[in-house]
Formats: sequence, C-alpha cells, structure tokens
Amino acid sequence: MKLLTHNLLSSKCLKGVKVGYPLRIVAKDVKISESEYNMEFVLKMIPKLDWKVLVNAAEQIGHGNNLPIELIEDYEDDEELLKKIHHVLMEVEVINGELICPETQRIFPISAGIPNLLLNEDEVS
Amino acid sequence: MSRPEHLAPPEIFYNDDEARKYTQNSRMINIQLEMAERCLELLMLPEEQTCLLLDLGCGSGLSGSVSEESGHVWFGMDISESMLKVAKEREVEGDLLLGDIGNGIPFQPGTFDGAYSVSTLQWLCNADKSSHKPAKRLYSLFSTLLACLGRNARAVFQFYPENVYQTDLVVSQARKAGFFGGLLVDFPDSTKAKKYFLVLMTGGAMPMPAALGTDNLQINYTSKREKMTKGRASKLVKKSREWILEKKERRRRQGKTTREDTKYTGRARSGRF
Repeated sequence: MKLLTHNLLSSKCLKGVKVGYPLRIVAKDVKISESEYNMEFVLKMIPKLDWKVLVNAAEQIGHGNNLPIELIEDYEDDEELLKKIHHVLMEVEVINGELICPETQRIFPISAGIPNLLLNEDEVS
Repeated sequence: MSRPEHLAPPEIFYNDDEARKYTQNSRMINIQLEMAERCLELLMLPEEQTCLLLDLGCGSGLSGSVSEESGHVWFGMDISESMLKVAKEREVEGDLLLGDIGNGIPFQPGTFDGAYSVSTLQWLCNADKSSHKPAKRLYSLFSTLLACLGRNARAVFQFYPENVYQTDLVVSQARKAGFFGGLLVDFPDSTKAKKYFLVLMTGGAMPMPAALGTDNLQINYTSKREKMTKGRASKLVKKSREWILEKKERRRRQGKTTREDTKYTGRARSGRF
C-alpha cells in the first residue's frame, strides 16, 4: 500500500465511526519501488492531501525523507521538494503491517501490500 | 449465458483457479479490455491530464491496465483475495484494497476524478448472506461513492443485469443517492454485442452520451404512405445487390464486423475463376 492511498483512506465504513481519519499505520515490511516522476500529478494531489497526516505516516514507517512539518507556500517552484513528495507518496510501499482505526482501534491487516478492509457482519453500518 | 453470481458469492467463486482462468483466457481478457476502454471513454475525463481513478471490482487489474495506458493513476477495490494476488503478480501500478464495495467506499471526500467498474455491479444485486439486502448495499455503495468523487466527476458501471427489475433497482438506488444520469445500452439490436452501462454524473443533469450501434433508431418523417404498402424490405430478390446491402446493414446494426460497401458489392465474378 502506498502512502498516497493511506492519506486518502478512512475507516468510516465501520459501524459507529464518524470520521475514522487518519488511520494509524504500523509497518513491518516496507519496500521502495520505482515510479515515474509526474510533476503535474504531484501538484494536482497536494491540495487534496492532508499534509500533517502524510508527514506523520512517513515518519511512523521510518521514511520521513526530511519532509518539512509545515508545507511551504511556494512549493510549486521547489522541484526538489516535489520530487521528495513524489517519493513518499508513490514509491514507499507498506508490504506487511497494520492499519488501526483511530476511534474503535479495529485493526486492518496489510499483507502482501494489500490492506484487508473486509468487515464482519456486525461491523457494517 | 452463464451467471456465476448464482453459483457462489464473489469471494468464494473467484478462487485461485478461477482467478488464473480469468487472466489467461484471451476471450475474457479482450472483453474486459474493450469494456474498460469504453468505460474510460464514457468518463469523459479532461484531456492531457493525469487523473486519479477508482476501479470498483478491479479483479486481476485488467481494467486498471487500460487506465495505466491512458496515463492515469488508479486504486482498485475487490472482494476476492485470489484475484488481487494475481493482480500483484502481474505488477499492476495501481494500489489494491481488499474490501466489499457493498459496505461503502472508504475514501475521503473529493478524492477521485472518476470511478468505473467492469462487470461487477450484478454481483451486488444478489443476497449472498442473510444479512445482505441488495437495495441497501447498492445505496451505501452509491452514496459513499458520490461523497468521494470530485466536482463534475462521473462514475461508469458496465454490468450484466439479469432482468428489468435489476436495472430498475440499480438505477433507482443511484438516483436516491443523489446521482444524475441513467442507463446507456450499446448495440441494443444485438443479443450478443449488447452492453449495459450505468452512467452516473455529479453536479447537475447533463445530456447522456450517445450509445453505439443505434444510428438507425430514429424514424424519419415521410409524407408518402405508399412506401408502407410496398411490403417488407425482406421481400427483395435473394442474392441481389439490394438484398446483400440490406443484410450487411442489419449485421452492422448488430455490431458485427462487416466489410464496407463498394462498387464491387454483389457483383458477379468475371467468370475466369
């Protein structure tokens, strides 16, 4: 699972969960894969992302990549920063680990890079 | 036509064997790719832009590779672990999630520029567990999908409805969730090439895209009643040029491959053969 997915994912499908964001992330295996740098896509995604969640998630799995804690205002011209963001968003992949719902502490296991979001019958809202 | 959704729930039907079959059978692959291409076309994404798309029921990622080729980034969701494993083996670029789309789409508001689904929706019309209520599951799919789509984004579902009740159910639940749009039928004259697409739009009712293979559905006005009395067109002399042209036209309406009409159409051989 890429950190881009983590940044957009919530657990609000669970019964009784109101926001369910951000999911806590615990990584056992992390893989770095290569992905083509697409500046236009990174620029398009930045406004959609929750910056703090991204920085925290990257640090939690040990690939902080020196991202600034606050997003600077003229990030559009800072190509080095954009490349770093691209690396964290698209190239860092959690292979094995867990996602944890912030409200119910329900654990969603990640195995072989695929998070398992299947719910039991009594958890469906 | 066989209906796998009658045999077992999707997470059980698409086991390792079936998943492998799905990715090795060239006929299935071609149909999937063709449908995915048409879905992308119907999404009417802005040109020359990388979009973030959601593939509902992505399976082994065949439909995802179509959006990869068009330069988009995609996420896939499926309920079958075996199919997702095959997708991982194929090293698709999209990120995969194991989940039931009938329980809702777990993404943040405004995430996607579009969503599509190839032959998945009919699975949701069945109740596989005693707790399943198709109408409720469809509604939670559509309402959560609407929330995670961006402004003016579309969602296109290609599916195989079993009967008119299923199409009604699907369309009414999508409308109830707040989508505009409706059903589009490609090649309605042909039983084999006929394909159903649920085209859903956000942000206002817009004209539906045109279906394929329906050019001749419009009836032109004619003032002469005599035309009708001449009898049916099929009374043409067999093997005549008119008869051949009419037959070719009929095949074209059914979406079958047909050679072009030329000056040689229906002409006798020169005799040298």
